[in-house]
Amino acid sequence: MNQNANASFAQDNPMSQFLRMERMPHIWCPGCGIGTVVTAFAEAIKKSGLDLDKIAIVSGIGCTGRTAGYVKLDSFHSTHGRAIPLATGLKLANPEMKVVVFSGDGDLFSIGGNHFIHAARRNMDITVVCVNNFTYGMTGGQMTPTTPNTANASTTPFGNYEFPFSLPFLADACGATYVARWTSLHARQISASIKEALNHKGFSFIEVIAPCTTLYQRRNRLGDGLDALEYYQNDAEIAHGIDTREVDIGYQSKIKIGKFVERDKPTYLENVNQKYTNVLGDEYQLYGKTTPEKEAEAKAKAEAAAKGAV
Amino acid sequence: MVRKVKADPKGVLEGPHFMDGDHALAEGALAAGCRFFAGYPITPSTETAERFAERCPEAGGLFIQMEDEIASITALIGGAWGGQKVMTVTSGPGFSLMMENIGLACMTETPMVIANVQRGGPSTGLPTLTAQQEMMQVRWGSHGDYRVIALVPDSPQECFDLAIEAFNLSETYRTPVFIMTDETVGHMHEKVVIPPASEIEVVERNWYTGPKDQYKPYKFGAENHMPGPMVKVGDGYRFHVTGLVHDERGYPQATVEAGKINITHIIEKIDSNADKIIRFEADQLEGAEVVVVSYGITSRIAIKAVMDARKQGIKTGNFRMITAWPFPEKQIREIASKVKAIVVPEINYGQMVREVERVAGGRCKVISVNSTGGAVHDPSEILAAIKEGRS
Repeated sequence: MNQNANASFAQDNPMSQFLRMERMPHIWCPGCGIGTVVTAFAEAIKKSGLDLDKIAIVSGIGCTGRTAGYVKLDSFHSTHGRAIPLATGLKLANPEMKVVVFSGDGDLFSIGGNHFIHAARRNMDITVVCVNNFTYGMTGGQMTPTTPNTANASTTPFGNYEFPFSLPFLADACGATYVARWTSLHARQISASIKEALNHKGFSFIEVIAPCTTLYQRRNRLGDGLDALEYYQNDAEIAHGIDTREVDIGYQSKIKIGKFVERDKPTYLENVNQKYTNVLGDEYQLYGKTTPEKEAEAKAKAEAAAKGAV
Repeated sequence: MVRKVKADPKGVLEGPHFMDGDHALAEGALAAGCRFFAGYPITPSTETAERFAERCPEAGGLFIQMEDEIASITALIGGAWGGQKVMTVTSGPGFSLMMENIGLACMTETPMVIANVQRGGPSTGLPTLTAQQEMMQVRWGSHGDYRVIALVPDSPQECFDLAIEAFNLSETYRTPVFIMTDETVGHMHEKVVIPPASEIEVVERNWYTGPKDQYKPYKFGAENHMPGPMVKVGDGYRFHVTGLVHDERGYPQATVEAGKINITHIIEKIDSNADKIIRFEADQLEGAEVVVVSYGITSRIAIKAVMDARKQGIKTGNFRMITAWPFPEKQIREIASKVKAIVVPEINYGQMVREVERVAGGRCKVISVNSTGGAVHDPSEILAAIKEGRS
């Protein structure tokens, strides 16, 4: 491809508003599901009408962990497993931001598992998107905490003998207030879910089952990306609101998908402010109110003062 | 560009106090403008976190108890890029857990202050007893090549003063700055005088003010390798931050050349400015036969031995490091060229003494007065070493 063709590719690409086109091509393999989720994320932001300047994305390490580097937002590529605490710091230091964590199953649930459960417990107002491809892609196809029992991985060459996490159940049990699962076949639904999650108050979690064609699919002789999508089409069942105890994934089993949990609960910062307002009364200045809230408050005060003067 | 302003009075608890070093650290941080603290309880440092948690609602800050020390340090990186001055405090085991993300903070040039109230190690060690055993870990603990700034207070008053200094240095050089205190300083109560806000100078973050489309998160190869200005999330710069070797745009560059530029910068911004960073106290070095080089709580013991030696007619100089890193190479080299011996007492099995030996380069005797931790020295041990050095 010559230089001009490259330039017009970058310019004309409908994703150019969201991606750092100067960083293309990306590292993901043909048939990989991560790109679909990134596109769905971009669509979700577009439809949400949110200000792109007020959305930050944080990734850990791994194939999905590269997402932060490609998305044209305030973006952080942190250390392995630590995207959630970095996102927590960002959100608390600058609460008007929408903070999205975008990472993989190994990163979020093995090395980073402790941070996930605590952010969910606190109902930290962030969105976590996990691309679950059942494997460590970047290091070459090792077993992760979500690899289905009996599936082959490079560190379980005779088949996985461990029990995997059921991520929606884990999130639900830990206190997440929005939990959904889709597969990378369900691009529009992923997008709709991310849009909902962005507008959800509290800890929202979206799991997306996606193929790793180079490692998981190949090692298990499951064919290419298209074969994976066919599996999703045949065996993914929409079950909105189902009890999350019933959404385990076995090897090539049926996959329950849909929005499982959506509940209203005060966020971490709401609890902080509520507590200190109760204890300190008027002396306490609410921490981290967003700019529109502050403006509205100033306006209300000015109006009240004007009325008082009359 | 370093811009100094007066401290925000909301964080300054002006007046004379009777408080311990751990509490003084929290007060120093608040006076310096720190409004975000992420921490995890660990003896003997917990009181700093407790004090901050209690004080921050009135100061307009936020304290969060994270799930572990890894989360605490990583939340600071988020907090700093969110626009706040940030701090955490810990002790040995927690310090070990923080190491990987200290590297991320160095690599991403994220200003923050990390206090380590040292206790005896290794492992769980002596949780309630004093030590100075992480003086090398603070310098070398995270993988890869980098530099740090580490300050060593010897009193609660200095915990307050150096906390402010640490924030000022971290903003100036865009780097994590460590306060390497210890259980004794952390838990001893002394008079701490907090000056009025109008007398406290704090370094503001070097905020970028140029055109939006020309912003780069990093600047390599500037005069004295000084770091470039920062922005925060939400201001529309849509910048990228990574722990990978990166260019000035913050984009990963997996090449030898990019690594050379990136790593040289994070090392040279400290090394080239070492003279401006290094702080020490020296007394009666002129004509000294023996000089005692110490730091932190050990310097409070060493001074007794120095005075005893002087009474016995031994010309003894005293050199107290306030900055352990960067190491005061020039000063120690000069001392080494003039004295018979340098005596280095420390509450470890000989750590900073290795730097003294390296810099002395055989020009004088270097005598380590080491210990396995848990207690401060008996001054007589140091006095014996002074006598040995003179002979």
